[in-house]
Amino acid sequence: MDHSHGVPGAVQVGIGLLYLVATLMNIGFALYQNQVTKDKLQGMIWNFVAAVFGIHAVAYLAQSGWPIFPWLEQFINWIMGPTVYFVLACLAFGKFIIFRKHFTTPHVAWAWLMFALWFSGQAMTNPNFKEIITKPDNVPIVLLVFSVGFLTWLAMRKAVINDERIARGEPPMEKLGEDKVLVWPDLVYTELIAMIICTVILIVWAIVLKAPLEQPASSAKIPNPSKAPWYFLGLQEMLVYYDPWMAGVVLPTFIVKGLIALPYIDFNLKGNGYYTFKERAFAVTTFLFGFIVLWCVLIVLGTFLRGPNWNFFGPFELWDPHKNVPLNNINLSDYFWLMGFGEAIEGKHWLIREAPGLMVVFVYLVVLPPIIAKTVMRTFFIRMGFVRFMLLVTLIQFMACLPIKMVLRWVFNLKYIVFIPEYFFNI
Amino acid sequence: MSIGDYIRNSQVWKSIFRHPAPRDRRNRVVVMLTNVFLHLHPVSVRKSGIELSYTWCMGGITFFLFLVETVTGVLLMFYYRPTLEHAYNDILSLRDVTTLGILRELHRWGAHAMVITIWLHMYRVFLTGSYKPPREFNWGVGVILLVLTLLLSFTGYLLPWDQLAIWAITVGSNMARATPFLGNEGPGAKALVIGGVELIHSGSDARFLLLGARFVGEATLLRFYVLHCVALPLAAALLIAVHFWRVRKDGGISGAL
Repeated sequence: MDHSHGVPGAVQVGIGLLYLVATLMNIGFALYQNQVTKDKLQGMIWNFVAAVFGIHAVAYLAQSGWPIFPWLEQFINWIMGPTVYFVLACLAFGKFIIFRKHFTTPHVAWAWLMFALWFSGQAMTNPNFKEIITKPDNVPIVLLVFSVGFLTWLAMRKAVINDERIARGEPPMEKLGEDKVLVWPDLVYTELIAMIICTVILIVWAIVLKAPLEQPASSAKIPNPSKAPWYFLGLQEMLVYYDPWMAGVVLPTFIVKGLIALPYIDFNLKGNGYYTFKERAFAVTTFLFGFIVLWCVLIVLGTFLRGPNWNFFGPFELWDPHKNVPLNNINLSDYFWLMGFGEAIEGKHWLIREAPGLMVVFVYLVVLPPIIAKTVMRTFFIRMGFVRFMLLVTLIQFMACLPIKMVLRWVFNLKYIVFIPEYFFNI
Repeated sequence: MSIGDYIRNSQVWKSIFRHPAPRDRRNRVVVMLTNVFLHLHPVSVRKSGIELSYTWCMGGITFFLFLVETVTGVLLMFYYRPTLEHAYNDILSLRDVTTLGILRELHRWGAHAMVITIWLHMYRVFLTGSYKPPREFNWGVGVILLVLTLLLSFTGYLLPWDQLAIWAITVGSNMARATPFLGNEGPGAKALVIGGVELIHSGSDARFLLLGARFVGEATLLRFYVLHCVALPLAAALLIAVHFWRVRKDGGISGAL
């Protein structure tokens, strides 16, 4: 990395514009706090934040902005790895779910948004970060991150308010607008306006960003890394932990089947047609974990943090194709026979060699569900019946097998639980 | 008589719109019932059901983007030939020569946006519990539409025939050869042997079916082109019709019961 020549002028102007928008947003939010909620302290705070962003905006627009602090850059690169990244995402998710009331309070959510905008601007001063973020095909992911963030906030905010109303014995907010309105004009015009806005956004997007076109296709030159389209990068990330037949076929099939089965498994009739968390805590938490952590977070990981040879690279790290990452992963059969009994695994029939792994899989898929039915999810089992319950448990098991394998890999360097290359059957 | 009134009283106008302008309650009802496009909607809806902060408008935007993709896609077909000889050069000339080359940008960004909006639509439907009875079936139709959207985007990804395209499709379609029993490197495939002849090999497995060859080549390009321009859009259009129909039949836009 080279900081001697500073940040290019065009980039500075872009960052300056971002900070200018943030300044205006904060002025608006301060006004809202002063005028609508009459919270003078909040008004003062956000006017102050607006001033800070304003100074940033002026500095960068005048092309005399500063690059991101090197210590911050190095610290983030140093601490980041697939383990830290994923664990942090899980912790953040858990914290958000538990303290949802706090996090969805407008000024708290606003503070996080402002921090994200400030950090985005600072990060863009790094050439490596800028290069990967501004690849035209990666722009949708930035859109995805901000829209999922905003809509999750919106939905949770409404859920928190509705939950409080329900606790007080009042109906959810959605029930208040029971009176009917005519579709012409109320809905038809909304649709028209939405179409116009979409058209404008799309045309501006098309003018500003050219669709990528690389060198003509060549079966001789293999790009490193070779990446699937961005929306499949969560699946490609699973290839780190599972073989293609699991990561590329079985698990995606289970995602689709699970989604279709969802309305038939979810026996809870509450929470139909309004936002709520408390009335459907299990369903919402599971779905959010699947969509946000296992899908979106892994897409971001696969797109922005995986470089040549699918090695992990910090957000500010140069994608060096010669980065050396030791691979010393060990199969369960090695652990069992070699380390447990001191016996060589060569020469053993695969059935005997892999017996421990097959046992583990058998216990996980066949023995565990009835135990769960008798213990932790007893009420679920009684209320759902055998078929529904088994479907639910199987789906959750397949969903959980990704984080389980991740943890096993990180803690024990475990490569495969079952390793039968003779039949391409590796788990 | 003003010119506006003159037009509205002409035989041509009256033959198209069979009622006066929708300015009063009666005609606002009639307009919804007499127009084939508008009659996808009901005449009236619950106020809370169409609140933007409730619906996020994502399903409607997804459909709108589907229409944008159809229109820009048909126009792009005039400029593109799915052969090894022409594909890349046709895209080059769309970029550098063709006056309406921006169609390609509209088509590509629209496709990316559609993937996002369909996810967000599902996200909203889940979080409001709108898949619950009586809408279970329509949720399933929606999931199939999601799969079709991803497949449409995936098949379209190959068509520019540049490095980005073939390697993304290679990475994606390599998964197919690991399909249990049906892929030549999938678990169980080796077991399918009749009289010493392997049934599943690299020239007969799921990946071959997808690519039309053992690797991503001209046969793949044609296959993906036909899927992208004809088969998948038709399937999607059919299911969209079912989806909309069932929204109406299952009780309209969801709302608190």
